[in-house]
Amino acid sequence: MPISINLADLNLPTLYPVFITTIGALLVLIIDLIAKPTKIFNMLFSMAVIVAALFSLLNMDINQIGFFGLISMDGIAIIGQAIILIASALFLPLSLTSQRFHEFEYSEFFALFLFLVSGFQVMVSTDNIILMFISLETASLALYTIIAMHNRDRSIEAAIKYFTMGSLAAAFFAFGGALFYLATGSVELEKSFFALGELGMQNFEILLISLALLVAAIGFKLSMVPLHTWTPDVYEGASAPLAGYMSIVPKIAGFIVAIRMFEFLVASDLEWIKTILWIAAVATMTIGNILALVQESVKRMLAFSSISHAGFGLVAILVATNDSNTALFVYWTLFMFANLGAFTMLWISRHKSKIFHNRFDHPYTKFSGMVHIAPIPAVIMGVFMLSLAGVPPFALFWGKFYLISATMAAGYIGLALIMVLNSAIAVYYYIKLIVYMFLREPSYANRTIYMHNVTAPFKFILAIAAFFSVFAVFMVNDLLIIFSKLLGSSGF
Amino acid sequence: MEHILSLLLLFPALAAIAAAFVSKQNVRAFGIAAMAIEFLMTIPVLMNFDPTNPGFQFTEKLPLIPDYGVFYYVGIDGFSIYLLALSTFISFIALVAMEDLKNIKNLIITLLFMEVTMVGFFIALDAIVFYIFFELSLVPMMYIIGSWGSHKRVYAAVKFFLYTFTGSLIMLLGVIYLGFAFHEATGVWSFALPNWHLLILPFDVQIWVFLAFFAGLAVKVPMFPFHTWLPYAHGQAPTVGSVLLAAVLLKMGTYGFLRLSFPIMPDATLYFVMPVAILSLIMIIYTAMIAFAQSDMKQVIAYSSVSHMGVIMLGMFALNVEGIAGSVFLMISHGIVSGALFMLVGVIYERLHTKEMSEFGGLTSVMPKYGVIFGIVLMGSVGLPLTIGFVGEFLALLGFFKVSPFMTILAGTTIILGAIYMLNIFRRSFFGAVTNAKVFELKDLTKRELMGLIPLTLLVVALGIYPKPILQPAETSAKKLVELMFKKSQSFEAKLSILDYNSLSGGAK
Repeated sequence: MPISINLADLNLPTLYPVFITTIGALLVLIIDLIAKPTKIFNMLFSMAVIVAALFSLLNMDINQIGFFGLISMDGIAIIGQAIILIASALFLPLSLTSQRFHEFEYSEFFALFLFLVSGFQVMVSTDNIILMFISLETASLALYTIIAMHNRDRSIEAAIKYFTMGSLAAAFFAFGGALFYLATGSVELEKSFFALGELGMQNFEILLISLALLVAAIGFKLSMVPLHTWTPDVYEGASAPLAGYMSIVPKIAGFIVAIRMFEFLVASDLEWIKTILWIAAVATMTIGNILALVQESVKRMLAFSSISHAGFGLVAILVATNDSNTALFVYWTLFMFANLGAFTMLWISRHKSKIFHNRFDHPYTKFSGMVHIAPIPAVIMGVFMLSLAGVPPFALFWGKFYLISATMAAGYIGLALIMVLNSAIAVYYYIKLIVYMFLREPSYANRTIYMHNVTAPFKFILAIAAFFSVFAVFMVNDLLIIFSKLLGSSGF
Repeated sequence: MEHILSLLLLFPALAAIAAAFVSKQNVRAFGIAAMAIEFLMTIPVLMNFDPTNPGFQFTEKLPLIPDYGVFYYVGIDGFSIYLLALSTFISFIALVAMEDLKNIKNLIITLLFMEVTMVGFFIALDAIVFYIFFELSLVPMMYIIGSWGSHKRVYAAVKFFLYTFTGSLIMLLGVIYLGFAFHEATGVWSFALPNWHLLILPFDVQIWVFLAFFAGLAVKVPMFPFHTWLPYAHGQAPTVGSVLLAAVLLKMGTYGFLRLSFPIMPDATLYFVMPVAILSLIMIIYTAMIAFAQSDMKQVIAYSSVSHMGVIMLGMFALNVEGIAGSVFLMISHGIVSGALFMLVGVIYERLHTKEMSEFGGLTSVMPKYGVIFGIVLMGSVGLPLTIGFVGEFLALLGFFKVSPFMTILAGTTIILGAIYMLNIFRRSFFGAVTNAKVFELKDLTKRELMGLIPLTLLVVALGIYPKPILQPAETSAKKLVELMFKKSQSFEAKLSILDYNSLSGGAK
């Protein structure tokens, strides 16, 4: 039978934001062939691409379906793409360092970065397991390469570690997806869930194995315990802004896939998936926290703490109400500002050689007495730490507050208590940096040591991050309304 | 007058930001001026406050997260008005009398932010705003202790922070739960305390929410057995930190009980009267005994603070008008007295660099003014009639007498034990022969120190003789609170006990 497809049926506009980033990436490569563009040109060009994609995204109508259901631009996809694009826009200016880091001299860096963005954009906008898998791998391969481009021994080690373990996760995803297809007869989640409703628990064993594999695959991206072991090493090897970026964008993409995949199952009272998620959430937040306590390097501490934050995010998947999903996105938006700010602070104090410690670029001792030498940077870093610790009224308090509220409203009082106690543990290691910065005597008298890498764009990014961390309370209401509406319209 | 409370909150914040741009030589004068203006701005609030009106006055409400019921909602009543005044007054006085410290600019900025959090806390009528300032007050205090303290300061600062932060996080669960319960009951989100006061909760819910709040507030008070952070914090803190900690920060705990626990959870409060009273008794007697055993003068006063906070707790949990009003009065009087005592210890520490009483001896012969002021304040602390300490202590104990005469008699030992350890300080440090040669060279109080101490000393006597300005609004609000608790309590026995506790006062009839 001949298949006739009208171009209009594909509903191409649903893919415009992705087209823009992909074509932008190709253009970066083409321009590189013709002329030898400077770092600043590449940055500005990529920034223009991101802004254009964001613009086309915000002009899109909600709940559009494209490519016969392959792409669904529902509310959650729009939120996800918006967060990804905004985080990317905040990340790009951080390539304009005052020192020369050679990865930014290559146009390929920016091309790969834009491919990465487009991969994650597709990943959050589809209901189809195969497309999820392809886009995840597109984004991941670009990410591995970008990490390695930092070109230090530890970066290459990090990239290889991430790549090998990521391959394992990819295998889990492929196999889990295949088994899911076997159990339900469809690769589209919506149809699969419908089929599950019809079939009941007929293929229970297959479904169990497939979901266990899928949880592991997505859990790897979310650095869920016990699949978290790559996180600190990869963050340590990657450049600081990239580490900050990795703590936000791949995770939000992972959360969206998890929401699409598991929340229906949670809502349909599959007890064992609830149990898995409960244990995973508690273990992730607690173990991440406890390991963060003993770190000597601020960057590794932030890596472990981001594991713990992912545990908080998993709670939202477990609770699976509109409130909890809204809370997750509010949490992650605020986390984006605070965490990217904290990593940017590390980045501006980065030296090419390791002069503070024979292994770490950013040991705690480096920040000793910083307030006496560079008071304003110290205060800004302090604000980010208080914000990450959830001290009111700074940014992340509102995320935690709303998430705990949603958790309690769904009846998980015990889980809420565990979250609160974890916040109490977490405050210790964030405060530790404040103690070093504010309460100890300075060990380096030179102010420029903390501002070695600073340029005007960095100050701008820091100002944005600090502003949103301090005055978060004034935007929480709008975020709640927008996220709740968009999520509600797509059924989450 | 409408925006006066917001002005009080905003002014020190702006002053703190401005202080960052003032030169190091002038920053102290700038700080004193800012705090003086802040204090002067509280005077019209005191003048225009209607002591016969039991409701909240000077209220103001602006949306923060309206869809979730979080509002910037402020106002004061008879409980908070003088605590607010105490905060601005003590901040001002403490800064005036403060010795010269290193990094003075950072300190002034921190003190101004500290003032923001204290003012914000006492005017908050929204549970979230209340909680924000409750937590936020820890940050500047941690910095003050940890940066300007003695040699174990970092340990003390971190201990202080972790203890209180953990407690208050558990309290956060209670706050969130009440917001949720209000939403369940009415269909709208609200964290406004006056709204919550109308909420009637089932008994078992009241119990656990009370316990969650207790975790946060009891650490702050500090109740036995959560008091162990306090001697460390005081021992290491600089004088200005100790003064603010003892005078204002501890009151946040007791005030929190009045504002949150009592009106929202009357049945649970009634249920916990005896356990809390027993803990308070232990605080009163046990810490008084520890105070007697100390050789460090500042530690004596630190432990005596815990002991007096026990009396405040006991008086509040009498659940009658005398007890509650007396406790509120005692909060103010303890603020003034302990603030003055810590300042006085700071005076001698600055001169001799030791707080060991064995090093002192015969101070009156060398420093007569110091001896006189110390003597008067000390009498206030012991609770001599016609001093500020007597009124509150008497009323608090009188209040609890209706609950349990036997326990009140035990609690009454606070006056005897207090007299023992305080007079012991006086005897060992101020009388007798001078044993330490360095004492001969000591200078008497300087003008700067006198400017700080004289107003406090005058208040110790003046309010002891004429306590009505503070007592009257506190009684009005206490009456309203007791009536509210009576109305809201669910079981017949509960109503009966509240009536019983108030039987001679006419409060809840």
